[in-house]
Amino acid sequence: MPASVRGAGAALAVLLAAFAAAGPRLVANPPDRQFQEYVFAPPMRPRLIDAFGAPRSPFVYPLILEDRLERRYAEDRSRPMPLRLFQNGALLSAAGDAPWFLLGTDALGRDQFARLASGARLSLGVALLAALGALAIGTVVGGIAGFSGGALDDGLMRAADFVIALPALYVVLALRAAMPLVLSSSQVFWTMVAVLAIAGWPFPARAVRAVIRSERTREYAEAARAVGASRTRLLLRHLLPAARGVLIVQSTLLLPAFVLAEATLSFVGLGFGEPISSWGTMLRDAGGGRAIAEAPWLLAPAAAIVLAALTVNLLTAGDSARTRAPRLQ
Amino acid sequence: MRRGLLSFVGRRLLLALLLVFVVSSASLLLVDAAPGDHFSAFDLDPATAAAERHRLGLDKSLPARYGAWLARATRFDFGESMKYRRPVVQLVAERAPMTALLGAVALAIATLIGVPAGIFTGSRRNALTAAARALSLVVVSVPSLVTSFGLLFLAARTGWLPVGGLASTADGHAWTAARYLILPATALALPIAATIERLQSQALSDALSEPSVRAALARGCSRRRAVWRHAFRLSLTPVLAIYGVIVGTVLSGSFAVEIVTSWPGLGALMYEALVSRDLFLVAGCAAAGAVFLAFGTLIADVALALADPRTSESVPS
Repeated sequence: MPASVRGAGAALAVLLAAFAAAGPRLVANPPDRQFQEYVFAPPMRPRLIDAFGAPRSPFVYPLILEDRLERRYAEDRSRPMPLRLFQNGALLSAAGDAPWFLLGTDALGRDQFARLASGARLSLGVALLAALGALAIGTVVGGIAGFSGGALDDGLMRAADFVIALPALYVVLALRAAMPLVLSSSQVFWTMVAVLAIAGWPFPARAVRAVIRSERTREYAEAARAVGASRTRLLLRHLLPAARGVLIVQSTLLLPAFVLAEATLSFVGLGFGEPISSWGTMLRDAGGGRAIAEAPWLLAPAAAIVLAALTVNLLTAGDSARTRAPRLQ
Repeated sequence: MRRGLLSFVGRRLLLALLLVFVVSSASLLLVDAAPGDHFSAFDLDPATAAAERHRLGLDKSLPARYGAWLARATRFDFGESMKYRRPVVQLVAERAPMTALLGAVALAIATLIGVPAGIFTGSRRNALTAAARALSLVVVSVPSLVTSFGLLFLAARTGWLPVGGLASTADGHAWTAARYLILPATALALPIAATIERLQSQALSDALSEPSVRAALARGCSRRRAVWRHAFRLSLTPVLAIYGVIVGTVLSGSFAVEIVTSWPGLGALMYEALVSRDLFLVAGCAAAGAVFLAFGTLIADVALALADPRTSESVPS
């Protein structure tokens, strides 16, 4: 099972990365453009067979508004719009005078797919950079603690344990609350990266420290010391590479947690703000039970969050469940 | 051994006290450090705002403000909420039990699903367990923020469960509250149930290959008895060990779930406090959150120590 499962995970990872990299260039509609004639438009499915049962190259039917009050749309079967690659400055676009919404539109008539794609950059970007930050701090702290031992080791690990014992989300919220409520989107981005890295570092720190402590008494470390390697060289060149495995495991724990943390923060309004699209702000726009019952495509960002977590879980499916304790949700 | 456990609990209570102190102080100071305050959000005339600030002692210097708050906090007076104009302790006392109820019910659901499912998937290998494992891999990837949206969608479509959220903590009968509780509790429980299932499954299949269990099987003990009587007890330790971590997941997860499903708990209160820059209420909620987490992990650790004598021997280290 693990080999094929990991293959699926790797394929998903490539797909997500490509999705985020292509971002706003994926479809023709800009993510923040409001199509006022197309509020709550349903997804427009690409088709291969037209109304007369004849096969054609991929196309979509444009929408016509049937009832403005009920926001009921119908397909205009008389004029199919063929799909085009690499035109209108987009990877995929529909030829014709009507816009094409692969995943429908939200309450303001914005293209959900375009928002999802440009949001992928922010949501995955925050998670990735925050995980790198947490791993960097964790490696430094864990490396120093494991290598030096004694009182320094004790103090650093007590600090790590203390941060772990804090209610993680409350800490993240309080740290975020120290900044003004309204920030520019790049300020939000870096604030979130910093806040999440601060909340997440103790986990890799403890893991790295454990590895360094056991490795430094191994023969190869003794040998390196015997031939005169300096302490810095011993730590950087010989011991830290041994921690690569635990760092990878730790990153697979932190990444989904951070994607979720961004979504939660933006969802409650302490993350990215209005015109910006991230997966969290899109969930916020989806609103309550009534709106999503009418327009289930508004849950697309939720599916994206699941897909990101599933990717990581598939990639690590073979590992023991015991090392994969979730936290920081 | 009992003495060891007692002193362990004592030390953990001290640590909990320290945690509550640090968390509430830090959140108070952090929110205080942000530009603007509760009163700058409204178009109050400057004189009224100044009078309000003076009444709450917000016009003093930072050390004086903090000192005053700390002095009151030691007497369990966490100040007055600016938004609700009521004592913070009262508000937290109203909301915290709702979160405790939500968390306890979610934990119970997760355990009741996760442990039997894990025993099932851990003790045999066939198409059904493979399917169950795949399902739990998917469910473990769905955070409670997403499950609450999904269940909300289902509830709104089918009309089986109320979607509006429990209006107030005071009204109505237990049954009404229970009906409103189903959705958030299930949303919170699902990812945790999958986590427990994976862990229980792993622990049980590890335990089945332990020498003691193999010896039991060799003596002619039935497979069912070997699983339930021998392997299950061995698998209890790693599963109980995860509950200390799960308490944190429940607390963090309940924040999102409470807001999505309008459950009037501590997370929703913390959120309101943060958005309206309600200084003392933020600190009070953070303190309550720290208390929850500290006691939850303490209970989990004591349960672990009682279930596994080896742990309690190594406890006073």
